[in-house]
Amino acid sequence: MLLEISHPAELYHLTNWLDTILQENLPEWGALLVKFVLIGVALLSAYAVIALLLIYGERKITAFFQCRYGPNRVGKWGIIQSVADMIKILIKEIIYIDNVDKFLFYAAPFFVIVASMLTFGAIPFGRGLQAVDFDNGIFYVLAVSSISIIGVLLAGWASNNKYSMIGAMRSGAQFVSYELSAALALMTVVVLSGTMNLSTIVAQQEYVYNWNIVRGHIPAIIAFVLYLISGHAETNRGPFDLPEAESELTAGYHTEYSGLQFGFFYLAEYLNMFIIASIATTVFLGGWQPIQIGVEGFDQIMNYIPSFVWFFGKAFFLVFLSLWVRWTFPRLRIDQLLNLEWKYMLPINMVNLVVMVIVVVYGFYIK
Amino acid sequence: MIEQIIFYALAAIIAICSVLAVTTRKIIRSATYLLFVLLSTAGIYLLLSYHFLAMVQIAVYAGGVMVLFIFSILLTHQPGVDVQFEKPGRMVLSGLAALAGLGLCGHIIYHNVEKVYQYVDFGEIEMTKIGFALMGTDKYQYLLPFEAVSLLLLACIIGAIMIARKR
Repeated sequence: MLLEISHPAELYHLTNWLDTILQENLPEWGALLVKFVLIGVALLSAYAVIALLLIYGERKITAFFQCRYGPNRVGKWGIIQSVADMIKILIKEIIYIDNVDKFLFYAAPFFVIVASMLTFGAIPFGRGLQAVDFDNGIFYVLAVSSISIIGVLLAGWASNNKYSMIGAMRSGAQFVSYELSAALALMTVVVLSGTMNLSTIVAQQEYVYNWNIVRGHIPAIIAFVLYLISGHAETNRGPFDLPEAESELTAGYHTEYSGLQFGFFYLAEYLNMFIIASIATTVFLGGWQPIQIGVEGFDQIMNYIPSFVWFFGKAFFLVFLSLWVRWTFPRLRIDQLLNLEWKYMLPINMVNLVVMVIVVVYGFYIK
Repeated sequence: MIEQIIFYALAAIIAICSVLAVTTRKIIRSATYLLFVLLSTAGIYLLLSYHFLAMVQIAVYAGGVMVLFIFSILLTHQPGVDVQFEKPGRMVLSGLAALAGLGLCGHIIYHNVEKVYQYVDFGEIEMTKIGFALMGTDKYQYLLPFEAVSLLLLACIIGAIMIARKR
C-alpha cells in the first residue's frame, strides 16, 4: 500500500538522478570519487548548518524558559545571530599557550569532532539519505562515539591546568558510566527488532503501532527514558554539566582553548545533543517514517510531507525535551551523578533487558 | 588500487606509531600513539569488510581499554615527567625478547597466510550469523567458551572489588 503512494518532495529523487548522470558520464571510479566528495561536503555542511540552528534554538528556548527575549538584534527575531557568532569564532585568534604538551593539546579537539562526525554519518536522515549503513549500525554508533572521551581526557591533561584536569576526570567518569546505560537501552531495542542495521530498524517501523516504543510497550518506554537520560549525561549538558561547572572549574576541560579549537568542542557538544536525539528518534520513534495509522487518506496526506522533515521534526522535539530538562533541574553533585547511574539506572536497565527478552520470547509485543 | 593505497597508508601509520609508542619519553604520549595503532588496525579490519571485528576493536580497545589506560595514567603516574631509561642489560634483554616475539609471530603468519584463502569466505559477515555462532550449541558454535570467558570476567570484577574494599 505504501509503495503506490507517491512521495513528491523526497530528496532521493535528486540523489538517484545525480547517480544515473554520474554513472553515464564517468568511469566507475570517477563516479564513486565524485559521489564520495559530494557526500562528504553534504555531511560537513549539514553538520555546520544544524549546529547553527541548534545554537540559535537553544539560546531562544533558554531565554523563554528564563523569561527573557534572547537574541533579537541581528536580523528579524535575531535569526542570523548564530551566523554572526560563527564568523566571529572563525576569525578569532588561536592563542598559543606555553608549557602545554603541544601535540596532545592541538590533537585533542580533533578526537572530539571526528568521533561526533563519524556518528553523524551513520544517521538515516530520510528515505535514502544515509551515508554509512553497516549491518551492525547500532554497534558502530556506540563504538565510534566512545572515542570522543579520549579527546576530552587528553585536552584536560594537556592543558597543564588543574581546573581542566579535574573537569576532564569528571567528564571521563561520567561518560564511561553513562555509556553503559545508553548501550544497554539500545540493546533492549535490538532484542525487540532483531537487527542492528539502522535502515532495517527504520524500515520495520512503518505504522505508528509498529514504532518500537509502541510495539515493545512497557520495556521499550523504560528503555527510551533511560536512553534519553544517559544520552543527555553523555553530552555533558543539563543537570549533568559538572565537567564544566563554571562556578567551580571556570570552563572545565576546554578552559585553555580559544578560537576555532574551542569552537570544535562547542560544535561537537551541540551536535552530540542532536545525534543522541536522532538515534533515539531512529531507534524508538520510527526514524524518518511519517505518522501512518493504516487509514488510506490520512496516510496519503502524511506522505506528502517529505521524510527528512519528519525526521528533523521528531529529532528537534527530543532536543527541545533535553533543553527543557537542562533549564529545569539544578546541577547534580559528582557522587549523586555516579549513584544515579550505578545504583539506579544500570540495575533498572538490566532488569528491563530481561523483561524485554521475556516479552519477545513469549510474543507479548504488539504485532 | 585504491584499497592498496589505503592499506599502505594504514600500514605506515601502524608501523610509525608503534615505533613512536615505545620510543617516546612521555607515558601519556605513548598511550596516544598506541591509540592510533589500535584505530588503524580497526581500519584494516574495515578494509577486509570484517565490520564486526572493526567495531569491537574500536569499542573495546580504543573506547574502553585506552580510556582506562589514560585514566589510570592520569590518576597514578606523574604523566608529564619523562620516563627514565632502563639499565643497558635490561634493554638488551627486552630487545631480544621483542625480536623473539617478532620471529615467532612472523614464522606463524608466513606459514599460515596461504590457508586463510582456503578456509575464509571473504565479504561481509552478517551480524545474525555472528550472533548465532556465539550463542549456539551446535557444531562450530561457541556458547561454552563464551560463557567461560564471561565467568572469568565476573571473577575479575569480584576480585577487583575485593581488592578495592580492603582498607
